[in-house]
Amino acid sequence: MAMVIDILSWILLTAGGVFVFIGGLGALRMPNLYTRMHAASLTDTMAAVLIIGGIMLQAGLSLATIKLAAILLFLLLTSPTASNALASAAILSGLQPKEGKVEPREQQE
Amino acid sequence: MYYAVTIATLITMALALVRALLGPSIYDRLLAANMFGTKTVLLLSVIAFLYGRPDFLDLALVYALINFIGVIAVLEFIRDREDTSDTETRTGG
Amino acid sequence: MIILFSVFLLALLVITALAIVRSESLFTAVILSGIFSLLMAANFFLLDAADVALTEAAIGAGISTVLFLGALALTGEQERSGSTSRLLALGVVTVTTLIVIYATFDKPRLGDPDAPVHQHVGPWYLEKTPELIDIPNAVTAVLASFRGYDTLGEVFVVFTAGIGVLFLLSAGIARRPEDVPPADKPGQGLRHYLVPRVVGRMLIPFIFLFGLYVQFHGDYGPGGGFQAGAIVAAAVILYALLEGEGEALRALPMHVLKWLVAGGALLYGAVGVAGMLLGSNFLDYSVLASDPIAGQHIGIILIELGVGITVTGVLLCVFHAFAARGKV
Repeated sequence: MAMVIDILSWILLTAGGVFVFIGGLGALRMPNLYTRMHAASLTDTMAAVLIIGGIMLQAGLSLATIKLAAILLFLLLTSPTASNALASAAILSGLQPKEGKVEPREQQE
Repeated sequence: MYYAVTIATLITMALALVRALLGPSIYDRLLAANMFGTKTVLLLSVIAFLYGRPDFLDLALVYALINFIGVIAVLEFIRDREDTSDTETRTGG
Repeated sequence: MIILFSVFLLALLVITALAIVRSESLFTAVILSGIFSLLMAANFFLLDAADVALTEAAIGAGISTVLFLGALALTGEQERSGSTSRLLALGVVTVTTLIVIYATFDKPRLGDPDAPVHQHVGPWYLEKTPELIDIPNAVTAVLASFRGYDTLGEVFVVFTAGIGVLFLLSAGIARRPEDVPPADKPGQGLRHYLVPRVVGRMLIPFIFLFGLYVQFHGDYGPGGGFQAGAIVAAAVILYALLEGEGEALRALPMHVLKWLVAGGALLYGAVGVAGMLLGSNFLDYSVLASDPIAGQHIGIILIELGVGITVTGVLLCVFHAFAARGKV
């Protein structure tokens, strides 16, 4: 049983590491702000879920697991929101993506 | 097994830093700073386990909360600056 | 292996510092200094200094960025090109750097148990903490009890800094409730960004709760008054950013904040004087209860509360001073 948990957390942690690296590479190599945002925010959240899930399996049932669950919850809430806010601010200030044209919607009431 | 994740996270932090230094617009740099923040949270969580000191997870929790505030502050500043420049051009004619 | 991580993070730190100095747009410098403080916190963490890393995290990433941006809103965004030749300054800095590097040759190795700094008072504190104070976090024991007088000085320094900033910037602060800007003026806060507003409002009570947890948990893990004060102030600042500064002033008006600033320092001093009134020295907590160890616990909790209250009040006063000035 302990072996299964170890292998599972190994897989989760490695997958998380791969996602982290892909995110970093994407943020650097993509041509435009919006594509970079796509790379950074998606991989951020996925990597957070995988890595923290992997650590939680290692921690077993203890206070540390509850704290890790809290960290995961807050990361899941704040990271996509920050990306959304950033993208809204970029659109509203007129930064255009490379293909096509975006009309900023009138500010919602 | 934690070492691989730590190395990946550190390398990504370096890549994000390069984007923060290069990025032509403010939003690129802000994106890099936000990414840096979440990677730091992950780094702190993994290293807390590497050290065997799970009570250091409070740090990661603080960062997860405070990073958000930094990004929102910058966005508020940008929005405020554009609002004032809009009113100036409108009233200035 | 940890040494490799530390060296890598320090290298990133140097690169960020160089970029901050060389960038011409002050806005970029502010964002990079947020990254700088993240790196510093990670470094402190690797050096096993959890309390310091927590304080750096709480203050550097959120509150410093907000205050710098407030200052940028009042001044310009581009750096003014200064004088061209700085040869004298460069020379002085180079000579000083060489002298300091030469001085580090005599330093003991990092973590060496035979170093003089680990010999005299350090082991005594570590030995006596379980016996005299009985809390797991030795840093809080030293900060709050063994060196309580120094921490009293620190609280008064924070208090004085707050008063100084208020003197300099208080030209536009609303003094009476009628002066507070009306809530229905368009463009206050991020009212038109729906998603951050909803999520932000959900987060604020949790940040408060976490601030209280850090405050009272300082005895058992990393934490204490300074960190908790910064976290609670960050929660109120988030509210002010999302809803507009008028709403935040309605929630916590300036006179309450001024009471907080003074009240925390007063609480700390009162605990010290209580020690004197009960027959012992100033800031001796052992006489606060029948059992000296219980007295120490009570004393530590009260003074950490005082520190937290003052830090919250000062940070919020400074924030409102910056924010109000821009609107006048």
